[in-house]
Amino acid sequence: MFKSIVRTKWFAVVAAIFILLFILPLFAPRFFVYIFALIYVTSLLAMSLNMVVGYGGMFQFHHAVFYGVGAYAVALMLTKTSLPMWVGFIAGPIAAAITGLIIGWFCVRLTRLYFGMLQISLGSLIWAIVFRWYSFTGGDDGIHGVPMPSMISSLNSSYYFILIILVVCLILMYMIIKSPFGSTLQAIRDNSQRCEAVGINVRRYQLGGIVVATFFAGVAGVLFVVLEKSVFAEMLFWVLSLEIFIMCLLGGWFTFAGPILGAAIIVALRTFVGRYTEYWTLILGVILILVIFFLPEGVMGFFQDLFKPGAKEAVERK
Amino acid sequence: MLQVEGVTKSFDDFMAVNGANLTVNQGEIVAVIGPNGAGKTTLFNLITGALKRDKGRILFKGEDISELPPYEICKKGITRSYQIVNIFPRLTVFENVQVAVLSYQRRSSNLFRPAQSFAVKETRSILESVGLLNKEKNIAGSLSHGDQKILEIAIALGNEPELLILDEPTAGMSPEETQATIDLIKRLATGRGLTILFCEHDMDIVFSIAQSIMVMRHGETIIQGGLEEVRSNKEVQEAYLGGD
Repeated sequence: MFKSIVRTKWFAVVAAIFILLFILPLFAPRFFVYIFALIYVTSLLAMSLNMVVGYGGMFQFHHAVFYGVGAYAVALMLTKTSLPMWVGFIAGPIAAAITGLIIGWFCVRLTRLYFGMLQISLGSLIWAIVFRWYSFTGGDDGIHGVPMPSMISSLNSSYYFILIILVVCLILMYMIIKSPFGSTLQAIRDNSQRCEAVGINVRRYQLGGIVVATFFAGVAGVLFVVLEKSVFAEMLFWVLSLEIFIMCLLGGWFTFAGPILGAAIIVALRTFVGRYTEYWTLILGVILILVIFFLPEGVMGFFQDLFKPGAKEAVERK
Repeated sequence: MLQVEGVTKSFDDFMAVNGANLTVNQGEIVAVIGPNGAGKTTLFNLITGALKRDKGRILFKGEDISELPPYEICKKGITRSYQIVNIFPRLTVFENVQVAVLSYQRRSSNLFRPAQSFAVKETRSILESVGLLNKEKNIAGSLSHGDQKILEIAIALGNEPELLILDEPTAGMSPEETQATIDLIKRLATGRGLTILFCEHDMDIVFSIAQSIMVMRHGETIIQGGLEEVRSNKEVQEAYLGGD
């Protein structure tokens, strides 16, 4: 009984937040609307990473590649082909998921750090191709002025589009994490050896997790193009991968909403502190050190532990 | 049901299992005994596919399973528990067992329906039969050692095995927990009709539940036979029972 009340309370809080975000463009300055939209895009990217890192326990060090592939796929489709625009929008996530399938197919054969190293190498290879292939990808210039359907071409309309897609993706991701597939993935993270012993083909599920996560990274890539109408090779660079990894760490990678918080913190830091000094990462560094020492489960994880005793001891025992 | 024929496994120069033989018949409770380092756990790892044998054959219901990966062997009907607790520490007790039941029901890849709605009855019935139902919502990592060892067995039951392999099921347990576990194993054998293969250091336990005993030393099988046959065997007395 108590639990169901807590649940409805939580639901009310979440709904209130989304209503607030929906009416934001009515009163907030354009700049804030833009920053919020950027936070949504980045949140989706960080949450997709968290599906593999936090829930799957795989060291997907170079996740930004799939974000970039999704963005480039839609940008190239919209600028270089005359196919209907919606085809381009669908092509983004699918291209990202296929790239995830190919890279993941090699990576799941390795474990832990070796998985991560191979993932960085294969991802960097794709970055190098995008960075160098001027005639096709525009090289380090990127692609600018990607045409958008008039429905979502203004800042406010793209804000709504991004928010709606984000909400849909959040619901889907939540369902996936709570599904049998999601709990199997978490079981593999906890103990892959035991999973094999109860009849689970671990590599296949890990690969499945990667494909799902890279699909959502591709969606985030598409949303970035909707917001910026441009793509850059930096979107596939390892520095961004590190940044989203930090977002998960900061927000809490065993929590569902943690990466959103992490993304909001980092985007806000970069925007507001970055205005005064280009060394904003120094502040990020200090925050990160404090989080690692005092909130090892991330900011969100810390609050969750307050409400769920027992989870913390389990971690310490491990 | 299970035949292990001349199976060998070496780690670099060390022969962990050296031509071991073992027969487990349907419905039997078989114990593997031997001093520390005799190769009992390695033998179990070979049977369940966690390790690959160098030589020899492992037959389950007449089929050679020695080349299969662990998850395929599990699907054939062999599951195991571990000597050192090997559970999912961050998941709840319920989820620990449910993972195995979902895998058995081939529902693990369902993407969009909540896991809570699947395999609830089966999972609860397993938890009830091992006496953990009142702790189903606890985080597995926070259970006592004894309960975690029981959870070990419960997870192994999730796949409805025909052959259950228990690696030192009572290691580290208090006398009361040990007695409860012995009763549980007996209940599983008679109630569920499971064939059980286990290893154990405590000779009282072995002689109170096993119907057939296989004795290992230095990775070799000294003898396999009934309780009296093993007890009266000179080589066994010298190697193991007498030396205690």
